[in-house]
Amino acid sequence: MDATLSETSFRKEAQTVQMPEEPPARRSGRLGDVIFLNLTRGAAILTLLLLAGILLSLVIGAWPSIREFGLRFLWTAEWDPVQEKFGGLVMIYGTLMTSLIALIIAVPVSFGIALFLTELSPKWLKRPLGTAIELLAAIPSIVYGMWGLLVFAPILSKYVQQPLQAVFTGVPVLGSLFSGAPVGIGILSAGIILAIMIIPFIAAVMRDVFEVTPPMLKESAYGVGATTWEVVWRVVLPYTKAGVVGGIMLGLGRALGETMAVTFVIGNFNQLNSLSLFEAANSITSALANEFAEATPGLHEASLIYLGLILFFITLVVLSFSKYLLLQLKKREGSRT
Amino acid sequence: MHAATSALKPGEKVKMTVRDLNFYYGKFQALKNINLEIPEKKVTAFIGPSGCGKSTLLRVFNRMFELYPDQRAEGEVNVDGDNVLTSKEDVALIRAKIGMVFQKPTPFPMSIYDNIAFGVKLFENLSKSALDDRVEWALRKGALWNEVKDKLGQSGTSLSGGQQQRLCIARGIAVRPEIILFDEPCSALDPISTAKIEELIDELKSDYTVAIVTHNMQQAARVSDYTAYMYLGDMVEFGETDQIFIKPKKKETEDYITGRFG
Repeated sequence: MDATLSETSFRKEAQTVQMPEEPPARRSGRLGDVIFLNLTRGAAILTLLLLAGILLSLVIGAWPSIREFGLRFLWTAEWDPVQEKFGGLVMIYGTLMTSLIALIIAVPVSFGIALFLTELSPKWLKRPLGTAIELLAAIPSIVYGMWGLLVFAPILSKYVQQPLQAVFTGVPVLGSLFSGAPVGIGILSAGIILAIMIIPFIAAVMRDVFEVTPPMLKESAYGVGATTWEVVWRVVLPYTKAGVVGGIMLGLGRALGETMAVTFVIGNFNQLNSLSLFEAANSITSALANEFAEATPGLHEASLIYLGLILFFITLVVLSFSKYLLLQLKKREGSRT
Repeated sequence: MHAATSALKPGEKVKMTVRDLNFYYGKFQALKNINLEIPEKKVTAFIGPSGCGKSTLLRVFNRMFELYPDQRAEGEVNVDGDNVLTSKEDVALIRAKIGMVFQKPTPFPMSIYDNIAFGVKLFENLSKSALDDRVEWALRKGALWNEVKDKLGQSGTSLSGGQQQRLCIARGIAVRPEIILFDEPCSALDPISTAKIEELIDELKSDYTVAIVTHNMQQAARVSDYTAYMYLGDMVEFGETDQIFIKPKKKETEDYITGRFG
């Protein structure tokens, strides 16, 4: 009642103020709103249903394996299709480690790219450079895979792995990270290829959020005598933290789920003999792509689906963690009342 | 057009002298041969219609325009005899010496305390207690201390618009500038907050040289000692505020002030 009353009075006011001779407002507007509301709500609910459906079918598909191995699956490294003994540790480790390496490389590089493009680059270079970075994202992942295997791996082996080994042999921890045959294929190469693949995403998001930082805010920081670095690090980055974390998560999501390129360079080797980054290994997606076609229905297939379910949860945990991180950052900035 | 014969009252000390200043946005000339003397510890207001170059002039004073590659200035802006535009001094130091407050409040995304301490920490290595003292001093100067003293850890963005603007003023004061530039500081504020800022500007002039750009002629009349009227990049008239508002020498100034134009 109240709503209609205020609405009619608002209409009256609008009429007297703006367009006195206009006929009364059209009636169809309200119906359109209702239809639009239901359409958008339907789309939103559909997403939820799809998510639930995928989750459900994953659980059902993985059920034989879950029943057989339970949570032990998470920390068992054995993967033996012949004797039907399955554990996902190798793949989980491979997925997490390659993604971690990718982030360690990609985040600072992307930050540098975004910083250069928004604050430092001369105007004529901005557009070509920005486009080039976006084009990196357009290269199909299988091309990255082939390039990684045929071009990058030999270079990595000769100019990075062998020197690193020469330096770190015998050093505790680091020595074991760099042990093994330096063939250019393994966790390190997969991580580096992933880094190259996710840099365009993270850099593009960072650039966009840096660009929408109000110039006045930046000028205020310059105004009290800050240098470009201080402005970006102390003001722009905190101001855009939600966007920056979002961009990093986008990249991480891509890295966790990337299949083709990783398959080419990770070695597809289901053993976890050492923690070496040079060792051939496997990732969840790579294992799925390689084995699904030839997996026999039963425990093997169920275990592969179980792996998919785990990947799903890893992504979920990563997303929740990023939300938590943002919350903590906000707290440190000072509570809002 | 030359204000070479000083428009200042005798005995006024000159803080900043602008000589033959031209300014360009790319090919467009936004300031034409500006000559001006800004007196020390007084408030100088710049008025004029939108696009007349008054904000641009302010941004030349602290070399803020240099952040944008296609903007350039020719001429001299002398502060205490040193030309700011060609000075060998670090531009960051110059900007700290010539503080600036903007149209909209721009609190940094950090606590109230850190907002003030930000600039101080860039230049000085103070102990915790000395920094605390400086923050309190700046917030008192900015007429904000009593309102925020119990919530220094809260985010600067949690304050009201008027408080945020005073926070920004206090932030500028904290690095102990000599000149403070206000670029339409009240355009986003309600009348009560505006009154507080105006009162604050009046207090600030006992310690600082103040230049203020404003769209609001009543505001210029209320807060300033000297007023400059600008139009399309020209300095049309500069003189004591009373004189400009009561009996302007130029017809254009009179037209603008009486509202016949603008």
